[in-house]
Amino acid sequence: MSFEIDVSRRLGDRIIACAFQAPAGLTALFGPSGAGKTSVLNMIAGLLKPDTGTVRVAGETLTDIAAGADVPPERRRAGYIFQDGRLFPHMSVRRNLRYGEKLARPEHRWMTMGDAVDFLGIASLLDRWPRTLSGGEAQRVAIGRALLSAPRFLLMDEPLSSLDAARRAEILVVIERIRDELKLPILYVSHDRAEVDRLADTIVPIE
Amino acid sequence: MLSPEEWEIVRLSLKVSLVAVAGALPVAFALAWVLARGRFPGKLLLDALVHLPLVLPPVVTGWLLLLAFGANGPAGRWFAQTFDITFMFRWTGAALAAAVMALPLMVRAMRLSIEAVDRRLEGAARTLGAGPWRSFATITLPLATPGVVAGAILGFARSLGEFGATITFVSNIPGETRTLPIAIYSALQVPGSDAVVTRLAIIAVVLSLLALVASEALARRIGRGTGSHVL
Repeated sequence: MSFEIDVSRRLGDRIIACAFQAPAGLTALFGPSGAGKTSVLNMIAGLLKPDTGTVRVAGETLTDIAAGADVPPERRRAGYIFQDGRLFPHMSVRRNLRYGEKLARPEHRWMTMGDAVDFLGIASLLDRWPRTLSGGEAQRVAIGRALLSAPRFLLMDEPLSSLDAARRAEILVVIERIRDELKLPILYVSHDRAEVDRLADTIVPIE
Repeated sequence: MLSPEEWEIVRLSLKVSLVAVAGALPVAFALAWVLARGRFPGKLLLDALVHLPLVLPPVVTGWLLLLAFGANGPAGRWFAQTFDITFMFRWTGAALAAAVMALPLMVRAMRLSIEAVDRRLEGAARTLGAGPWRSFATITLPLATPGVVAGAILGFARSLGEFGATITFVSNIPGETRTLPIAIYSALQVPGSDAVVTRLAIIAVVLSLLALVASEALARRIGRGTGSHVL
């Protein structure tokens, strides 16, 4: 199993709880906005600590509250692609891409800067600043930044939702290629049925 | 143009202000950080204490400094024994008074800039392999830097103008504690010294203007990608 998740966490007066197992490939967490899907991703990334439960990815235990285990986010090797790109505004595109790459251990790296730039078609953007990028360009750079950090799995939080239809189709193709060519386990959060049907090998409904 | 005594006043004022800002900078940043990010009981009280010098009559602040940092004050004795530093009637005391008076302004500017940093960017850095300290050093600190610089310059300008707490705490000693504003005040007491007052006042205006222009230029350079301003 790629993902074995069973977490719950109280946020304010609601409880976010989610349990599922998913095989290799792209798994979609599918449900309406506000169902707590992002909180689940944050718990898997280590950014939010669950009150109870376990997170296991590709056989490795990342969180096991009962056993007192909680690997910090920087050691989980999660490639997290956020809804809004979340590029560092004070760094050029090149330095954004290099940020995670420099921190990854050399033996963990599986993609070079050149490969990532070709794969995503962002060679012309390297010297630009994030605030000058369009939504689609920013999302490509964000994907490249995550891939270059040598992740073992990818977390994608509605990566298409801030894009217009044309950019959406473009990034959709990129995600399909990541799924088919890179063979990384991917957890993909979305509220869009058509998107999920097209991309997912496994669908986990969240209510 | 300026007499040797007047140059001495300018030099002393710059020294006092620079030392005041350098000393207050880490304290102000730590306080700004705690007030921006911390959640603890007594936060409101700490916030009020930090701002006290802003609203207290400066002469009261000077008197409190005298009690605490005077020869028999607890803080004064501790500094004397630990670091061999005394403050009474010394330029170090003038720097201390200036630092205390500048602190609220510095904390305010820094706190605002720390609060403006999108914490989700720190989360992104963590998932990319940065530990808490690296995330702080490469994301939070650079993004807050324009505010830190603005706070430092504001503090410097405030220190240059400091008068009430200083004259109360360390008096008016030529060459030791007679900074620019105190020198202007002294000159005003002497009939026929209009020319001296004018020259010193012009220097005060020029130094203050330079500080503001420098802060704006620095913030523009540092904030290149982010488009931030001081002015």
